[in-house]
Amino acid sequence: MIDTGDTAWMLVATGLVLMMTPALGLFYAGLVRSKNTLNTFMMCIGAIAVATVTWAAVGYSLAFDGTGDLVGGLDYAFLSDVGFTPREGTTIPHLLFFAFQATFCIITTALVSGAVVERMRFGAFLIFAALWSVLVYSVMAHWAFGGGWMMQQGTLDFAGGVPVEMGSGFSALAAALLVGARKDYGRQALLPHNAVYVLLGAGLLWFGWFGFNGGSGFSTGDPSVLAFVNTLLCPACTLLAWFALDLIRRRQVTAIGAATAIIVGCVAITPSGGYLSPGWAMALGALAALPSYAVIVWRTRTRVDETLDVLAAHGIAGFIGILFIGFFAQESWNGVSDGLFYGNPEQLGDQAIAALAAPAYAFVATYVLLRVIGALMPLRATEHEEALGMDVVAHGEEAYVSGEGAILVTPEAGLEKEVPVRP
Amino acid sequence: MQSWGGNVKLVIGIVRPEKANEVMEALYRADIRGYSISRVQGHGGELDRVETYRGTTVKMGLSDKVRFEIAVSEPFVQSTIDALCASARTGEVGDGKIFVLDLAQAVRIRTGETEEGAVTPVAS
Repeated sequence: MIDTGDTAWMLVATGLVLMMTPALGLFYAGLVRSKNTLNTFMMCIGAIAVATVTWAAVGYSLAFDGTGDLVGGLDYAFLSDVGFTPREGTTIPHLLFFAFQATFCIITTALVSGAVVERMRFGAFLIFAALWSVLVYSVMAHWAFGGGWMMQQGTLDFAGGVPVEMGSGFSALAAALLVGARKDYGRQALLPHNAVYVLLGAGLLWFGWFGFNGGSGFSTGDPSVLAFVNTLLCPACTLLAWFALDLIRRRQVTAIGAATAIIVGCVAITPSGGYLSPGWAMALGALAALPSYAVIVWRTRTRVDETLDVLAAHGIAGFIGILFIGFFAQESWNGVSDGLFYGNPEQLGDQAIAALAAPAYAFVATYVLLRVIGALMPLRATEHEEALGMDVVAHGEEAYVSGEGAILVTPEAGLEKEVPVRP
Repeated sequence: MQSWGGNVKLVIGIVRPEKANEVMEALYRADIRGYSISRVQGHGGELDRVETYRGTTVKMGLSDKVRFEIAVSEPFVQSTIDALCASARTGEVGDGKIFVLDLAQAVRIRTGETEEGAVTPVAS
């Protein structure tokens, strides 16, 4: 039975979540050097293109058709039988449910790009994105949301701690290891070129996250309201905790740290938003800052060029969020289950299994996938291209072009016999 | 002893932006501590990049370069040139140029020292 109020909200929420991917593009673009601005942004835009198509073709079906333990069926492939009649247990058109879930697949695929920006070839990334969205995201979405083994054993994951956050974070680690560090990594300071983009991107991501978490109840009911409000409370506490950590470490509160804190807080509340009381959501926000902060500080001292810290912001915070449910979920708030602290230790076990299995699958599957793609084509640009910047190399455009010295090529005059780019 | 002229040279090195860091390292290793840089655009015979913006195709006739201006006393000129050449060279067209000029005067503002004294690094 379709509920018009629920449908109206889910239409808006779907739009909000789609907006998160360009917002992520802005966030990522600000974090890289200016010569890679467009390429970094384009990886997110490319993820929208690729993941939407793979999701409609097979991804949605593998995630949401049937209750197979490991993977769904193919009855919904190419959107067959996906119409206006609601899915069992929902009150919105099936087609809208599909679109809402599609936006999750898109942003998760885009998230992984953060590990390989500034050196991965654009074409290789698009092929990786297409395969990853099916082989990793769809499978993990099936486990956590679509009736797979995690859902059957009772793991609680409100809006995607397993497939979205741990899925992207631990895949990012594998991708960074396989693609390898940027040539200047560890030798030169590689600084964010526009901190305003970073803050604005993080702000828009937070805005979109109200649709992401608030829509994951597929209704306007209590769980959605709880998740929506927790999406305000939790990141605010992460921000404050991050400020404190920054102050202790360097005596200054940093802007890029603040942007990171917003992401970490939103990630931590993603799996847990609909299950925790507002008070525990705030506690989670503060607590989640610590491990992510520590991983960022530690990671930059290693040779692992996981460039934009997807592991710290998404993988680690998602892991904390999933586990936190096991301790502090409250049936009086969520109507589903209590955690250990409220007398149900089994819930912690269910959460812990998910928190171990998700990173393992994401890491191994991504590692194998990139090994295979890497055997068929080069994954990364040459050193010369990397030095030139991926914007000019991959797209023939620059983000900050002055127009001085640009000679218009008219159809009559044509391009003389000059070969571009390679000097 | 003559108090001005002839003994201080200005070395101008125009290099690829992506080589600027290596040039700075090489200058440091050659004990050359004072210089300023600016971002410039220029054309030096390299092939033009072709870029397209919404159907408008352009040839970019100017390339971004970084210009080092290094004032040194006569005995340091060759080591400066060597450092620039070694660190900024890729072997492809577009590596840049080095120009050496006589400086009529050089003054260190803080102390009023002139000539070699003005361009000799402060003992540390």
